[in-house]
Parts: sequence; structure tokens; C-alpha cells
Amino acid sequence: MLPPTPSQTVGPYYGTALPFPGGGDLAPPGHPKTVTVHGHVYDGEGTPVPDALLEFWQAAPDGSLAGAPGSLRRDGRAFTGFARVPTCRDGHYVLHTLLPGGAPYLALCVLARGLDHHLFTRVYVAEPPGDLLLAALPAQRRATLLARPEPGQRNSYRFDVKLQGEDETVFLSWHQQHGNDEDGNSEG
Amino acid sequence: MALSEPAQERIRPTDPDDSAFATALRAAALRVPLRPAVRVPVPLPPASRTVELTGPVFGAADVGPLDGDLTRQHRGEPIGERIVVGGRVTDRRGRPVRGQLVEVWQANAAGRYAHPLDRHPAPLDPNFTGAGRCLTDDDGRYRFVTVRPGAYPLGDPGDHWRASHLHFSLFGTAFTQRLVTQMYFPGDPLLPADIIWHTVSETAARARLVSVFDPALGEPGRSLGYRWDIVLDGPSATWAEEGR
Ligand SMILES: [Fe+3]
Repeated sequence: MLPPTPSQTVGPYYGTALPFPGGGDLAPPGHPKTVTVHGHVYDGEGTPVPDALLEFWQAAPDGSLAGAPGSLRRDGRAFTGFARVPTCRDGHYVLHTLLPGGAPYLALCVLARGLDHHLFTRVYVAEPPGDLLLAALPAQRRATLLARPEPGQRNSYRFDVKLQGEDETVFLSWHQQHGNDEDGNSEG
Repeated sequence: MALSEPAQERIRPTDPDDSAFATALRAAALRVPLRPAVRVPVPLPPASRTVELTGPVFGAADVGPLDGDLTRQHRGEPIGERIVVGGRVTDRRGRPVRGQLVEVWQANAAGRYAHPLDRHPAPLDPNFTGAGRCLTDDDGRYRFVTVRPGAYPLGDPGDHWRASHLHFSLFGTAFTQRLVTQMYFPGDPLLPADIIWHTVSETAARARLVSVFDPALGEPGRSLGYRWDIVLDGPSATWAEEGR
């Protein structure tokens, strides 16, 4: 097995390269089943993080995970399954999408300066019975992965990312332990 | 080590006695989770319902043939030494990662980013934005034409400089293979003291971020070449299918 290329922080200047117009508009414009998923990214003191970049990957409404090209130049028709949204000055992000078929969650990758490695988590828009990950978590930790339908608003969900602290979001690992810290965020 | 670049960007009110550098360090530390990441239970094959073992696809609709040439994005020629940066993207078994998106961004030849937050008093270049994209070919190869980025300082205190580097963003066939990292140049005298390079603590791993001088990659009489091969970590979809 080849040794992997290590990860490095995204830094503060990705803005000229990574964000693209309509990055958070996964749903075709005017689609009647559009849902909004939005929230804030907070640091360990509850301060909003103004320079985080959020990437979402999800199944299409029919459950397909095949994806489609065209995320970077959306044509208004294809559902590509991929979205990229920077947080604003106040740490807020907004995603417009269609609910995934199959497993009811969006995969989320959080990048920000200060993180040597991006963070994976999941945004569950429903609590599916028999989900292996949710079942393995204590209730308080599980709650950090559940998007909350907003009272009085149709088709709107709130999902905050808390990078650190009492109610820190559950972040996910896909790696075997390598015996060194190049895969983690635990350095220093 | 959770330090991020550059230190001069203040993201919260600070103690007047405090340096911007110390403030940025503390702010960055507040962004790093304290709890260990939870290992995701992956169902035995067929693992088709694990969303993260698949990933987005990109194509001609996303990336044009000229998007990988950072020297041709404006009317005039940018200032700087012409270089070609290229290499191969594979998974840990050496299999090519085909048709996937590679994105780069960098400072101009004077060490300045075309970004409003960069206050380093080096000149902007009206003919250089410093951002490019390409897709890997059937052999996993990528290629960018650009100028060699300049070094830049991190701000007070002391005199920390970033070695010349290109920022890279890559996708694999699975969302779990996502990689954002930085590429360095061989023999750069600033490298041994670059504190961001040193956030990778293992010496051998750190060395894998340094490219190799490869004149054959450049265009004769026009540009020098640097080769940098990239290995994506993380379980890929094929890996899961094979039940590993
Ligand atoms: Fe940089």
C-alpha cells in the first residue's frame, strides 16, 4: 500500500478558487420540492466561523448515488448531488436542495483555516430505524447529527456545526488507525 | 498543531497587549474538535447505501480545456518564472484516479494572493488570479501551467515566512478520499522553517509534500517542470466492494 499524501489546512485564501456561483443551489431553480438546510458554524467559544467551507454530497431523490457532472456550472436541470457553500461573515450558510432518497442524510465535509484536516459529519433529515451510526451514539451525541425541521416553516431545516465544546458535533472517521497523527486533527 | 495561515488576519477582538499572531493561534485552536472522531460502521457488501463511499462526478461541463493554464486567464502575460506542475493521482493501491477534479490556488510571483484579506504589501499582478482547475486523465494524470509562487510572511511577531507553495484540492471516487493539501518546491531554503509544512509531524509524510524537479515536464525554452504525485487515502468504493 502506498503511503497517502498528507492533508494540510485550506488556509484563508481559497476564496479565489473553490467557491462557485450557485454552489449551494443543488435543487433546480423553482423546483416545488426544494428544501432549505441552513445554520451556523461555531468554534469552541460559540463564536461564528466566517471562513468555513462546507461541501455536501447526497443521493438524488430517487436514491441514486451516481451523481452527475455540472456542479461547477449548473445548467438548472441536472441534480448533481454535490454542493459547496462558504459561510458568510456571521458564520451562516444556506443550502437549497431536494431530500435524498434512500438513507436520509447528507454527507458533509467541513473545511476551515485552523483545521489541518477537513472534518466529515452527516446531516440527517430524518431518523431512520436501524441506522448503524445513530444507534451507536448516546442520545445527546446523536442529536448533533439531526437537522431540526423549523417550526412554522415548511421545507426548512436547521443544522449547526459546533467544531468544539460541550455539544460538539459528532465528526466521523473512515480510516484505520495508522499509528501516526497525519490523518487526524489531534496534532499538538 | 492547529496553527493556520496567515496570522495577520484577525478574526475576533483581541487583547491590546496581544500579538495578532498569538490571537490567530488561539482562534485556530478553538476550531479543532476535542473529541475523537467516531469510526463509521460500514455495512458489509453490498455497501451501496453508504453515501460517503460514492462521490461527486465532474466532467466537461465543469472544467474547460484552458482552466488548467493560469498564465492565460487575462489579456496580458503574468510576471514570473513559467512552470508546469503535473503528476499522477492514485489511490493507495496505485490505481489511477480518473476523471476527477483537481483545483489549485496560489500567490503570484511576488507572494501576494488576489484575495481581499491578503494585506501583504507586495504587488498584485493584474494578469494573474492564481486559481486553476483540471480533470485527471485516464492514467490519473493532471497538469497545470502557471508561474512559480513567491514566498510571503505570516506577520508578527518574529519573521515567519511561508515557503513557496501551491494549494491543492482533490476528489477521489469516494467522498471519503477528499484531500486538501499544499505542494512545495525542492531545495527551498524557507522550507525547514515553514511552520505550516511542519504541521505534518512525521518526517517521511512531510517529504511527500515536496515536488520533484523534472525538466521533461516543462516546455522547452518556455517553462520548467515540477512533478508531484498524489496518493488519496480513505476507503474507496471499490475497496468496499471487495470487502476490505
Ligand atoms: Fe498559501
